[in-house]
Amino acid sequence: MVISIETNLPPSVQALMSTIPSPEESPNYLVYKKMEAIIEKMQDETTGVPVRTVKSFMTKIPSVFTGSDLVSWLHKHLNLEENWEALHLAHLLAAHGYLFPIDDHCLTVRNDNTYYRFQTPYFWPSNQWEPENTDYAVYLCKRTMQNKARLELADYEAESLARLQKMFSRKWEFIFMQAEAQSKVDKKRDKLERKVLDSQERAFWDVHRPMPGCVNTTEIDPKKLSRINAIKAKRLRQCQELILQHNLKNNPIVTITNPQESEEAIQKSSDKRDESNVKENGETSQSQPEIVEPEKSIEQQIEAARRQLAVLRARLERRNVRVSKVAEMFISYCEQYMEYDAFLTPPEWPNPWISDTTELWDQEKQCKEPLPLRRVRRWSFGLRELLRDPPGRDHFARFLSKEFSGENLKFWLAVQELKALPIRRVSSRAKEIWKEFFASDAPSPVNIDAASRELTRAKVESGTADRYCFDQAQAHVYHLMKSDSYSRYLRSEMYKEYLNGSKKKTSVKGIRSIVSFTGRKETSAN
Amino acid sequence: MAADTAVAASPEETLESLLREAEALKQKLEEERQKLNDVALSCVAERLEQINFPNLKLRRALKGHQAKVLCSDWSPDKRHIVSSSQDGKVIIWDAFTATKEHTISMPSTWVMACAYAPSGNMVAAGGLDNKVTVFPLGGGSDEEPASRKRTVATHTSYMSACLFPNTDRQILTGGGDGTCALWDVESGQLLQSFQAHAADVMALDLAPTDMGDTFVSGGCDRAVLVWDMRSGHAVQAFDTHLSDVNSVRYHPSGDSLASGSDDSCCRLFDLRADREVARYWKESVIFGVNSVEWSVSGRLLFAGYSDYTACAWDALREARVCVLCGHEHRVSRVQLSPDGTALSTASWDTTLRVWA
Repeated sequence: MVISIETNLPPSVQALMSTIPSPEESPNYLVYKKMEAIIEKMQDETTGVPVRTVKSFMTKIPSVFTGSDLVSWLHKHLNLEENWEALHLAHLLAAHGYLFPIDDHCLTVRNDNTYYRFQTPYFWPSNQWEPENTDYAVYLCKRTMQNKARLELADYEAESLARLQKMFSRKWEFIFMQAEAQSKVDKKRDKLERKVLDSQERAFWDVHRPMPGCVNTTEIDPKKLSRINAIKAKRLRQCQELILQHNLKNNPIVTITNPQESEEAIQKSSDKRDESNVKENGETSQSQPEIVEPEKSIEQQIEAARRQLAVLRARLERRNVRVSKVAEMFISYCEQYMEYDAFLTPPEWPNPWISDTTELWDQEKQCKEPLPLRRVRRWSFGLRELLRDPPGRDHFARFLSKEFSGENLKFWLAVQELKALPIRRVSSRAKEIWKEFFASDAPSPVNIDAASRELTRAKVESGTADRYCFDQAQAHVYHLMKSDSYSRYLRSEMYKEYLNGSKKKTSVKGIRSIVSFTGRKETSAN
Repeated sequence: MAADTAVAASPEETLESLLREAEALKQKLEEERQKLNDVALSCVAERLEQINFPNLKLRRALKGHQAKVLCSDWSPDKRHIVSSSQDGKVIIWDAFTATKEHTISMPSTWVMACAYAPSGNMVAAGGLDNKVTVFPLGGGSDEEPASRKRTVATHTSYMSACLFPNTDRQILTGGGDGTCALWDVESGQLLQSFQAHAADVMALDLAPTDMGDTFVSGGCDRAVLVWDMRSGHAVQAFDTHLSDVNSVRYHPSGDSLASGSDDSCCRLFDLRADREVARYWKESVIFGVNSVEWSVSGRLLFAGYSDYTACAWDALREARVCVLCGHEHRVSRVQLSPDGTALSTASWDTTLRVWA
């Protein structure tokens, strides 16, 4: 957004406008600041990376350091555990343009005697550079004016220059003149100073218009970019409103131009290389309806404060578990599930991704009885595990029907299914569930307390039944199954027999990781 | 309540006393929580024996997108993956053979989120078009998925995350408008809206609990909120992150959750203790976390970073045990395959990779 101010606006408007966009909100800002902290340490005169001027043949190479010095400095000062880390971090610092190889467009770092130089803070990416294509054209044009081998354009740069010249044909004269002026200023500088400045300028463009095949680190996460665009649009609108109010009083000349509409911006967005540009999508996010955020009235603020109080009180009343106890639960969960974690214990059949065979999946799919011991044993970890595995659920259902209490599970499953239905079918299905489990002549009656029964009945009969109308009843039944039937199931001969069947098969297969367990359990079971 | 007795007080005074009371309660809450914070998880875990952590290796590379891969999701069949990219394409992969099965062109580029339905017969995707569109797959029809697409949900800003809550018939979404919403797939009807985030919602995850009626969301307001799907209310909140929360994932037990943030830190929040119980970070890790994931046992916490790497943390000892190098740009997503035999990573370098 370009805002040109030709008048003295009230401070409030100026303050608001200065926040478009606020650098702290830039999604890459946090990383930039962390990198800059490292760079500052690196530039410390005594403890930093040794920077010097190297003499080679007839010339001098000013203010450089070697890749190996850089990598070993990082290794020493950042407590890195592994060798690759320092090199990787050095590469990232280069890719973001904080340091750069003195004669290579590819911003990376090698752990050898290649020379590198620090970027001047003026060109750091945290300064919110969003350089225009005209700036790039001026820069490239200038390079062609300086008769120096080190400033010769690379192939991709020459191609960019040709493309830009075509794009800006009408204003090329202007670009050329600017380049000429800049070149004249440059020529007046000291020779060594010029070498440094030229390389820093080149590195700046290597960050913002990277060589093909190199990562553009200035790109922003699409979600975060959409967010920033929305915030910018909102602030701009607020500014416009404030300025309008101000104008009514003073009637000065104020113009706000949106670069999206200027000729240059249209050309810019047609430039395909500029990926971070918003393109057609940007307009979608800019024209989208905003969440209206009016100044909150005092009543609303009171209401919000009351709500917050209620939340805080509820949190105070919550009974929380001690961290020591929670830690024990974490550990026992890990221990219990260790043998199911393919990354910690090899599965019964070879891992398909490593062995390139699908045996593991085929066996699982076939569900051939007896099932593997590991799988059957998992049913004893909790009712959730049992119900989640279809053969387990079936086996539990058979156990319940032998006990004449199959209706609880049936009801629980029916409600789970109800919650997963399309909304159109919920009301009629709720009636069916009521008829099957709660009506006076229900074929599979389920017992619940009178109060929740009455509540549910009212909902079902009035036709306003929603997916959660059996919620209380379902929770009650689940608790009943968990505390009663499930523990009896685990102690039952039926489960033990099933488990034994799996064990025999497993011991034949002789899987090492669970042999010790099998042996121990077998003696205690018999 | 002090506020109720002050009948004659001006609104300003009432507000002030309410805010004072809230401050006092906050302080009390902090004290109470501190009392329960008797020991650190990593200290308790010190007694554990050393175990051999896996050295995960690259097993498959899925190449075919033309731009950044922004999201991916495993099919319940354990071998297919759906991925969405900034090139405006959604691709269905057979990851096992590393081949493309379908390519779907979306109306808008920047497809920020995609998800597989539990039946494996449908995928959902969306992003800067503010919508979620579902595409039926297979079903005996030779038609292209794109010809049978249907728009289900519309946010007032970009759609940042979506998932099917244990059924093909509903979709849960999160958006740049700061809301989460549950939709009926068939009719496109809004079933429940979830409003409490003060800024854009970035990530969602469904609780792996018995009833599956709660989910968690993370957003640019730095908050992690736990929601009751039935009431539409946030029931728990965790706010210790220092920047945008980009990813949230329930521990397989369903009793705690991990989150990853632009503050380059992953955190473990426990629902039973109602507080942060572990923090996974290193001084040398300075880039943001884009995605987090658990291993089956909850021993390993995987994280994908903007520094082109993904890694595994020993979740109990809070130590980094393995780093996955190879991607050439930010890692946008890490996800465990449904049976826990492999880990997939998606990256801005246009590729997806499978590690085991």
